[in-house]
Amino acid sequence: MEDVVTSDAVTSDAVTNDTVTSDVLTIAGTRLGSRLLLGTGGFPSLELMAEAIAASGSELVTVALRRVDPTARGSLVDVLADAGVRLLPNTAGCHTARDAVMTARMAREAFGTDWVKLEVIGDEDTLLPDAPELLRAAEELLEDGFVVLPYTTDDPVLARRLADLGCAAVMPLGSPIGSGMGIRNPYNIALIREAVDVPVVLDAGIGTASDAALAMELGCDAVMAASAISRAQDPVAMARAMRAAVSAGRLAHGAGRIPRRHYATPSTPEEGRAEFA
Amino acid sequence: MIVVNGQDSDVRAGETVAAVLVRMGLDAGARGVAVAVDGEVVPRADWSSYAVPEGAHVEVLTAMQGG
Repeated sequence: MEDVVTSDAVTSDAVTNDTVTSDVLTIAGTRLGSRLLLGTGGFPSLELMAEAIAASGSELVTVALRRVDPTARGSLVDVLADAGVRLLPNTAGCHTARDAVMTARMAREAFGTDWVKLEVIGDEDTLLPDAPELLRAAEELLEDGFVVLPYTTDDPVLARRLADLGCAAVMPLGSPIGSGMGIRNPYNIALIREAVDVPVVLDAGIGTASDAALAMELGCDAVMAASAISRAQDPVAMARAMRAAVSAGRLAHGAGRIPRRHYATPSTPEEGRAEFA
Repeated sequence: MIVVNGQDSDVRAGETVAAVLVRMGLDAGARGVAVAVDGEVVPRADWSSYAVPEGAHVEVLTAMQGG
């Protein structure tokens, strides 16, 4: 099964990490060799997670912080250290700026990184961000020296406010976390790309590879995928698909697509056509 | 009574944070772990000297898979 997928027609060129083409993503002065960020949540095992990380080529992966479970098997931190990836702790599950700030401080202590994917949730059913609390938490963490990557709505104004505060990137949602509904408002995502000077990382809502490609075509600098990979029937194959999609979307964005037209435009010239009497 | 991760514990006032970690089956300097006592982060460097006061609420957190 594994081999069938690997030896598929996708050439290594199509999935080469961007370092090779010197089209490198830089966040807060740190160069990342991949434009795909991976969430570690939802994998059925640490082994499968490690395999998927390798297949994705991702160099930046998120982790959450929870109470120590004495019965837990295997060490996530050790597995991620072996994978050689940079950790991006999140503040998932926090509903107030106060909780998010405290969680970020704990993460800094636990993982020795001042990077944080800032999530402040305002609604249990949709897990949509709470904008005022998000701004408050971002401001406090930035004052405290954190490199803040906020999970935000697809609102260009909010994204600009976050960037103006000094956030290192913005992470707008395509659709609610884990919904797999893709990018519901591509127009807004493109507007966000125009509105801020920091990297835009499409976060949340990715369902399959075409969603990731679309995000990149819209001008996003990177894509973050979690459930789309970890809960796919074959997470390793989906990790590979996402990697190829991000690469393809990036290339297409740079290549400049043709404009959409209502009617056909022939690609074969009219001139020199034969006239059969 | 000292509460650790939301549960009443046998930890006695005056025990160090490092001792609490050992009680939980962790190394005294466990990597990927953070500790807060009464809402304040206890820096790793202070674990072996920080004495947990009576009535304290201790949170011991570690990495968990998450998006």
